[in-house]
Amino acid sequence: MTVTAPVSGLLPALRRSAPVQAFASWKGGVAGTFLILVVLGALFAPWLTPYGFDVQNLPGAFQPPNLAHPMGTDEFGRDVLTRILYGARTSLSVSAVAIAISLFCGMVLGASAGYFGGRFDRAVMVAVDLTWAFPEILVALMLVAIIGPGTTGTLVAICVAYLAQFTRLTRAQVMALKSETFVEAARGMGASNAAILFRHLLPNCLGPVLVAGMLATGDAIILEATLGFFGLGAQPPTPSWGGMMSSGSGLLFKGPWIILFPGLCIALTVVAINMFGDALLHKLDVRERVRTA
Amino acid sequence: MLMEVKDLSLSIGKVALLDRVSFAVDRGQVLGLVGESGSGKSLTALALTGLVRRIGGRITGGSIVFDGQELSDLPEPAYRKLRGKRIAFITQNPMSALDALKTIGDQVDQVSRLHLGLSRKAARAHTVDILTRLRIPEAATVARAYPHQLSGGMKQRVVIAMALAADADLIIADEPTTALDVTVQAQIVMILSELVRKRNIGLILITHDMGVVAQICDKVCVLYAGRVAESGPVGQLFDAPRHPYSAALIGCIPREGMATGALKGIPGTVPSALNYGAECCRFASRCSRADALCHTTRPLPHAQGAAWVACHHPQGIAAQPEALDV
Amino acid sequence: MSEPILALSGLTRRFSTGGGFLRPARSMTAVRGVDLQVARGDIVGVVGESGCGKSTLARLAMRLLEPSDGTIRFEGQDVTHLGGRALKSLRKKLQMVFQDPYSSLDPRYTVRDCIEEPFRALGEPVPPGRVEDLLDQVGLPRSFAESYPHQMSGGQRQRVGIARALAYAPDFVVLDEPTASLDVSIQAQIIALLQDLHRQRDLTYLFISHDLGLVRYFCSRIVVMYLGSVVEVMEDPHAAPRHPYTRALMESSFVPDPEARATIVPLEGEIPSPFALPQGCPFAPRCPRVQDRCRSELPQPTATTIGRVSCFNPIEA
Repeated sequence: MTVTAPVSGLLPALRRSAPVQAFASWKGGVAGTFLILVVLGALFAPWLTPYGFDVQNLPGAFQPPNLAHPMGTDEFGRDVLTRILYGARTSLSVSAVAIAISLFCGMVLGASAGYFGGRFDRAVMVAVDLTWAFPEILVALMLVAIIGPGTTGTLVAICVAYLAQFTRLTRAQVMALKSETFVEAARGMGASNAAILFRHLLPNCLGPVLVAGMLATGDAIILEATLGFFGLGAQPPTPSWGGMMSSGSGLLFKGPWIILFPGLCIALTVVAINMFGDALLHKLDVRERVRTA
Repeated sequence: MLMEVKDLSLSIGKVALLDRVSFAVDRGQVLGLVGESGSGKSLTALALTGLVRRIGGRITGGSIVFDGQELSDLPEPAYRKLRGKRIAFITQNPMSALDALKTIGDQVDQVSRLHLGLSRKAARAHTVDILTRLRIPEAATVARAYPHQLSGGMKQRVVIAMALAADADLIIADEPTTALDVTVQAQIVMILSELVRKRNIGLILITHDMGVVAQICDKVCVLYAGRVAESGPVGQLFDAPRHPYSAALIGCIPREGMATGALKGIPGTVPSALNYGAECCRFASRCSRADALCHTTRPLPHAQGAAWVACHHPQGIAAQPEALDV
Repeated sequence: MSEPILALSGLTRRFSTGGGFLRPARSMTAVRGVDLQVARGDIVGVVGESGCGKSTLARLAMRLLEPSDGTIRFEGQDVTHLGGRALKSLRKKLQMVFQDPYSSLDPRYTVRDCIEEPFRALGEPVPPGRVEDLLDQVGLPRSFAESYPHQMSGGQRQRVGIARALAYAPDFVVLDEPTASLDVSIQAQIIALLQDLHRQRDLTYLFISHDLGLVRYFCSRIVVMYLGSVVEVMEDPHAAPRHPYTRALMESSFVPDPEARATIVPLEGEIPSPFALPQGCPFAPRCPRVQDRCRSELPQPTATTIGRVSCFNPIEA
């Protein structure tokens, strides 16, 4: 009896740790390593590069990739690699934080709607479906138009754009789970609604919802970049990948590297996130099969 | 013999799951294949129908002879012609054996049209005839119904009708009544046993319930952990079970006049196929009669009258008879 | 009879399916006017086919479902509409073991979490060593405490289910077909365990089952249900039944004796839909002893030498 009893159902979920298993797979390993490198690059940007992201050097503008500037310089002579590293900070943190908030709200809304049902459920679903009736980019543009361009606007826009997905997914999971006998058994033992929700239902639907969150982060990076491309994201001189592509788009023939490298970064990051999410899903699926066998 | 299985051994990957299983069934006979979950009885059914290859199984020894034809190395296309037409398979779960999007009639028709080459009209007449014989009231109406409109017992009867639609010679039924209510179970069992006598076909009934066996089987083959523990005529096996496992299985069914506490069950569980062990009696760890010999030497089957038993210390026998060379 | 530990009177539960755009709402009575008294130390068996309302009755007695009508008294106290704190303290004395050991345990809980759950549900500390004690009592090795349900067999899971029900030392345990999804060999093990626990811990059981043979072996009284109503109560489980339905059930269960074959006469027909109950006795359409009166009038329970029966033409003793 060396293992102490966990206080809630969440701990054993972490102990069995699907992300660790996903990382061990070939696909998950490559994708995970890339993502970790990107995150580390963003975190340690000031120490990794001798240049500042906003230091202009007009005589050195439009340098193609060379030893001093591996990704070249832009129209103001700023180092593109430096701006990509700093841009990763904006792009990744805005997307991740927005998805985290969206995920949390979606889970709470979806779980309570699915569990309690009735009028509350219908009200939540109507509200949520309303946002789902439009393409995400349209919802996001609308919200940015209301709140105004900038990081906060982007954050709220991404948050709301993905809320419907998480709410619906959690609700469906909870509705399937709540007819399981162990939920009835818990009620028979005197467990309150909150206890059933937080100790049984949410831990059991955590896996699929987290994977959905992971995959949505990839989409959110694109959405963030799109907003940035339209000039509605982080405002200059703060670099963001979308913003960099936007300014590079007019210089496609003069300095193709200015748009190429941020674009490549977005693409690779999104692909890596999807690959890791896939590997994670695979591990979770295997567990499901073991459970029902 | 309609079907004779001799020394059948089967593996999935490196795991040996069946070890020299033998039994036989003739026309007009019901053979009960009995054992707990994990004894290999469903796997045996898959081996007989050639479906075991689909789950990665491989027959490593022995023979399956059906009506004079060797099946163990029959290629899949030839098997496909046999399956459904001459050998019918009734699976455990009637709910999932039927296509929810087709009417009952269409599903049963399909079998006779495919295997007997009947026309659409003749097939439907044939279907209604079979459904009526299975005592389904208003068979013509039922034939137009969809599976979800029928009760579990009805659905199981439809599954049996599909098995009969091609006039199969041998029916293999894997726990056909497990999920059903007792009254419906009694109906189905009576229908099956009537069919066997009337149409002179063979039936291999797979079950874990000795009550059902006593009710309709002529012969019993008790499986344990992939080996035959005991086999023989039903009367002899119930009157004087030789193998402690057969006796224990019979003792698991409550009967009239049983004293409180007399129902004990069998302690422990069937070992997993990964730790079967070759040179021992696999039942030894759960057996009250086991001694050192049972843990170190495999008991070989030997004849006891019309029955066969694989036990070092069979019940009701004072001296141990000589093992036969098998 | 001394004061019954559980007394149900006129207990009724109706369900209705929601009406749709083109479909009118329909309602059915799953449990209809059930009167039942359970004495302390009794093992009362409730038998019937699927859809007869026996599981609904168990859930009503457990207060997992709200009755539409009737009262439930536990140890003399009316608990029909108990709520909040009082209901929680009732849960300590009243526990349940469920049919399906595969879905009655949370797949993310270890055995220890499962057994400790009753304490956590009521916000009380777990007495030290209680989990180990309970594992001993249900015949599981202590090393199982940190295992997950998917690592165990059906019989072992059901033992965990029993340990969980006993965690609070209840007086009354509802057993809802605890062995229906298990092999017969494991069923016998579980029944033997339940018998031992009954004796050692002075428990009272309400045992729901579809297997009359098992109920006759295990229970001290038998209640037979058909389409929501109690059709017969037998104080002596080994007596010959009076109701034709009880007899049919008895004849449908297979005795492990090849010589007893000829006696089986399977019951014809199917249970009518509970949404469209026939007039009169619900069993009339399938009954071999049916009379004209049965099709128009509902038989009321009358006393017999072995209990009571609701039938106009009962089988003579």
